[in-house]
Amino acid sequence: MSTVAVPMMSAPPGRRQAVMERIMAAGFALPALLLLLLTILVPLGVLAYLSFTDYELGAVDVNYVGLSNITSALTDPTFRRALTNTLIYVAIVLPGSVILSLLVAVLVHRRKRTRSLYEIIYFLPVTSTFIAMATVWQFVLHPSLGPISAALRWLGIGEIAFLSDPSLALPTLAVIGIWQLIGFNMVLFLAGLSTIPKDLYEAAEIDGCGGEIDRFMTITWPLLGPTTMFVIVTSSITAFKVFDTVAVLTHGGPGGSTEVLLYDIYLEGFQYFRMAYAAVLTFIFLIFILVFSILQTVVMDRKVHY
Amino acid sequence: MNAQSYIASQAANQPSRINSAGRRFASLFITHAILLTGVAFILLPFIWMLITSIKPPDEVFNAQLRLWPKQFYGIENYTMALTSAPLLRFALNGLIVCGGILIVQLLVAIPCAYALAKLKFPGRNALFVLVLLGLCVPEQVPALPIYIGLAKVDLLNTYFAMMVPFFLSVFAIFLFRQFFRSFPDDIIHAARLDGMSEFEIVWRIVTPSAMPAIAAFAVFSFVAHWNDLYWPLIVISDVNLAPPPLGMMFFSDAEAGTNYGALTAAATILTAPLLIVFLFARRRFIEGITMTGVK
Repeated sequence: MSTVAVPMMSAPPGRRQAVMERIMAAGFALPALLLLLLTILVPLGVLAYLSFTDYELGAVDVNYVGLSNITSALTDPTFRRALTNTLIYVAIVLPGSVILSLLVAVLVHRRKRTRSLYEIIYFLPVTSTFIAMATVWQFVLHPSLGPISAALRWLGIGEIAFLSDPSLALPTLAVIGIWQLIGFNMVLFLAGLSTIPKDLYEAAEIDGCGGEIDRFMTITWPLLGPTTMFVIVTSSITAFKVFDTVAVLTHGGPGGSTEVLLYDIYLEGFQYFRMAYAAVLTFIFLIFILVFSILQTVVMDRKVHY
Repeated sequence: MNAQSYIASQAANQPSRINSAGRRFASLFITHAILLTGVAFILLPFIWMLITSIKPPDEVFNAQLRLWPKQFYGIENYTMALTSAPLLRFALNGLIVCGGILIVQLLVAIPCAYALAKLKFPGRNALFVLVLLGLCVPEQVPALPIYIGLAKVDLLNTYFAMMVPFFLSVFAIFLFRQFFRSFPDDIIHAARLDGMSEFEIVWRIVTPSAMPAIAAFAVFSFVAHWNDLYWPLIVISDVNLAPPPLGMMFFSDAEAGTNYGALTAAATILTAPLLIVFLFARRRFIEGITMTGVK
């Protein structure tokens, strides 16, 4: 009897402590949970609801329209062009920024005295106010006043209207995107490179694997695999969200050649106030991001197990 | 015989040593040649910005490529930029918005991350799953409903509108939880036995131990929101509330093609604060990127 009484006696304070802990924990998590509801979950619900209506900001009544927003999005030439342009943009920025930043990281990594100087310079675009720099790019690329045109004239090629030629505008924006992304990716690659043990390279040298390219192919590239995958995914997401350069430099032009997905959503939702239609476009945008994010989690998982 | 073979091997070695020195020099040359080409590409807009900002208009519009201006016109351009647009106001707005966002993010995320890492409560796993899902939702997705909500309660064109979507950083919760999980339980138990409340444990014991993660996150959050254009562009139409990117956009729309000197001076003024902070806290920035790795 007494053996049972002892735990009975000590149980209430322990249980009280457990209850207190639960209350404290709930209190700690509550602000975050409320904000999670208010800024993510409820908006997602509203977005889903709007997708099936004809809501416009300031409209008196809202009607259920079923799937008509979705079907009109899929047949909308503007949207299709925006999606295609976005994917083309990603297809240029992704290899460009990943390959160039890998090259820079591998070269910078082995420098001793000049390493920090190169690091600072390549990282400058990441920390600079991008809109300000985009404005400067506009001037750099100016067909008659910019330095690039001046150089091209001097070479006898002549002026090129980078941002007002429909076939050149999107690639030009992509080059600016690469310019902005190289330093960021370089830092990620440098972090990856610093985890590769030095004696591997020494061992390779003894084994007669002396050339830079040999060493890169046999050691650096395979060991850098997880970092590379990670950089590829984050770069795709960043490139897919291209907006700033379009909004500042081209406004989607010339002739719709730089219309991209986020800019289309911005115009539909916040300029034309066709909220319901913009909601559907937002969902399509989210699906693409989710596909990239799932890839990212899979990759991160592999990185951990590696 | 021995000496002969020694001489022979020396003779065979000699060219290869010269060869290897030559090869090292060549590889060094190629390395720096590639890196400097990249440097030229990276620095081109920065240099052009600085040069144009001290050029007089007639030299800007002179199509001849000239690096250094014949006439120093910096004072006029910078004065023009500062008087024709409230540039310092833009910077102050950026500071208010980024500071406000960061403070609330930390106040909300730290206790939640601690609860997720160290406390037991019903729904803990569900909350963590929601946090993970939240990581996949970019700011542009909830923008539309939040905008409608802010319009309904008449809060557009306020600092609050600019900050509210970012008060919750699921990323901060995720990052801090990882950090807190490795914090030794023994110390927490000891603190409890000493009569410390959970509140004190979070802010006085666990938080200081996570300073590297907090600093890294702070840099990440500040840079991201200082440079964000999308959301301010949507909710702010009052020039006096504009953060640097939006302010720059207003200014360049007003001055487009007319006054490149003042425009580049403005760009210099708005780019400088973050760049100067970066030059002084370079390690923190780079740690911030490698630790967070997401943009």
